Amino acid sequence: MTRFAPTEGVLSWGRVIRETQDVARPLWREDLPGLLREDTAAGRSCLAIGARRSYGDSGLNGGQTVIDMTGLDRGIAFDPARRTMRAEAGMTFDALLPILLRSGHFLPVTPGTRFVTLGGAVANDVHGKNHHGAGTFGCWVRRLGLLRSDGVEWELTPDDPTGLFAATVGGLGLTGIITWVEFEVIPAGSALMDTETVPFDDLDGFFAIAAESEAGFDYTVAWVDCLATGASLGRGIFSRGRHAPTGTRLLADKTGPAVPFEFPELALNGLSVRAFNTLYNWRSRMKAGKAVVPALSFFYPLDALRHWNRIYGRRGMYQYQSVVPPSAAREATRAMLQTIAAAGQGSFLAVLKTFGDRVSPGLLSFPREGTTLALDFPNRGSDTLSLLDRLDAIVREAGGRLYPAKDGRLPPDLFRSGYPALGAFEHHVDPQFSSRFWRRMQAAA
Amino acid sequence: MRVIILGATSAIAEATARLYAKEGADLLLVARREDRLLAIRDDLLIRGAAKAEVAVRDLADPHGIEADFARFVAQIGGVDHIILAYGILGDQGPAERDPAQAEEILRINFNSAAAWTLAAAGALEKLGRGSLVVIGSVAGDRGRRANFIYGAAKAGLATLVEGLAHRFAGQGPRVVVVKPGPTITPMTESFNRKGALWATPEQVAAVVRRAADRGGPVLYAPWHWRFIMLIIRHLPTFIFNRMNI
Repeated sequence: MTRFAPTEGVLSWGRVIRETQDVARPLWREDLPGLLREDTAAGRSCLAIGARRSYGDSGLNGGQTVIDMTGLDRGIAFDPARRTMRAEAGMTFDALLPILLRSGHFLPVTPGTRFVTLGGAVANDVHGKNHHGAGTFGCWVRRLGLLRSDGVEWELTPDDPTGLFAATVGGLGLTGIITWVEFEVIPAGSALMDTETVPFDDLDGFFAIAAESEAGFDYTVAWVDCLATGASLGRGIFSRGRHAPTGTRLLADKTGPAVPFEFPELALNGLSVRAFNTLYNWRSRMKAGKAVVPALSFFYPLDALRHWNRIYGRRGMYQYQSVVPPSAAREATRAMLQTIAAAGQGSFLAVLKTFGDRVSPGLLSFPREGTTLALDFPNRGSDTLSLLDRLDAIVREAGGRLYPAKDGRLPPDLFRSGYPALGAFEHHVDPQFSSRFWRRMQAAA
Repeated sequence: MRVIILGATSAIAEATARLYAKEGADLLLVARREDRLLAIRDDLLIRGAAKAEVAVRDLADPHGIEADFARFVAQIGGVDHIILAYGILGDQGPAERDPAQAEEILRINFNSAAAWTLAAAGALEKLGRGSLVVIGSVAGDRGRRANFIYGAAKAGLATLVEGLAHRFAGQGPRVVVVKPGPTITPMTESFNRKGALWATPEQVAAVVRRAADRGGPVLYAPWHWRFIMLIIRHLPTFIFNRMNI
């Protein structure tokens, strides 16, 4: 029997919000209806959560209940001939990768960490370095199971006439429990990547290389030096790659070191960020050119340092990710980089990428055509929040949107303006389901 | 590699089975619940098992154990490793007052497990090779008020395995008891799991998998429990009695 138990220390990846929640971790799908009935009887809201790699408050339900889905991690059916994999929602990309590679396949879309669950990938409609060609993960979902609090388990397909599929993909877990997912996999000859690294000197350089790379490279992404100003504003490193057709299909079977505890605040001051950015820039320039690299280090450089979020200390960090439409992309990106450089709160990592025009299937999917910028900021209280407010103003002005999975302080008005399908989405929210994020958005409505 | 797992739907057994699946082993999964066995079987096949079959059996039922074990071996065409991983924790308080409940804890965790252990050891002896890994518990190392009926059963099982290991010394077959510390499984769900000493089923499974290849006859999972239990076993009674463990 599975029960809810009050649990502290269930944090999102940003580690800013610390609240107690009642957590249950079932190991069998048959336990889920009972947990939902318990919540209904007690008048508490519920949220199914995965590997807690969302940074903000969309995967938290403080004072209420959460169902930790990571124990529901069984494969259900893999059909290499039809290129479909069906698995329980708690299975991680980390577990899926060796299985897929063995038969010469790969995940159709993967975010920058492989420690996410399938259910989380659907609920956040995640994207990756191949968005310009492949779209979001949701574009590859063929079927999924959704258990609602009324006890009905739906089997939803992309052509679902009720709209529940479109609400569930990118729906932040608010439409019910995603119990299993069937998705299409792509062919990949090896666990290696043919890659090229190209430095660029400014923002125009980025847009030029991005435009030139997208036809010939399945995967593209750029890292930007947030502290560069003036003529160097927006300088950085462009990385592009494709699956190597031949080579080993085995993934390097080792996990890297872990950050053992939360670092003290002073570990990450402006000076150390500057040193890190300069070093990263220099190191990448040294290695500019072509290389064959393991898929794990190409897609998941940060996974090599487990619990890397702890370096931001007790107060945690904010990740901030925006997308602005193509017409406003250059101006808005420039303005954001200027604002960040002027604030001197240098982002540890700034990732820049152009999204393609493949339409995301979810009503609340974040990716849309345009340019996306992702930034990390250590939480320094009001200084950080006011910087994020200034960035919000630029995104708002450009007609852009923010990623709910990221910052945990997304202003409700920017959420509404960024997601015009919000009204249609609200009809599909399960009355028993909620999250800290959702209550914050509703409170302002 | 052919592996029989008795009690295959337990969390530790499932984590162990995944390690074997990754190696491309042939697996036979035995437990009571067919639906759960089939879910685990499908998963293991996806994770790389060359073969995964199920056998539905109430392992606590003492009738026909030897014949059924022979049937399991025949079902996957021989055996290399056997994992015995079923058991119940029971409810210590009521069991102290109700002999029927105490008897059930002893019957499942000791009587039936001992019978399967003897049947499996007999099969390995005939083969002249192979490994049997039995899941015990640190609770069997020293009787504590919290769970001494369960602990007594696991102590008996560990003694049985040690005796078999002694008998097989210098011969082909290996018999090992792995004693996990507190592990995050459905069995311990009612516990307050605060503290750093809780292990995951995956951590215990890694020890079980290694135990099938080398070491023993008594192994702890994770390894630090060997030293913790060494201390606890040797605490003088006047100190032990004042501890709330």
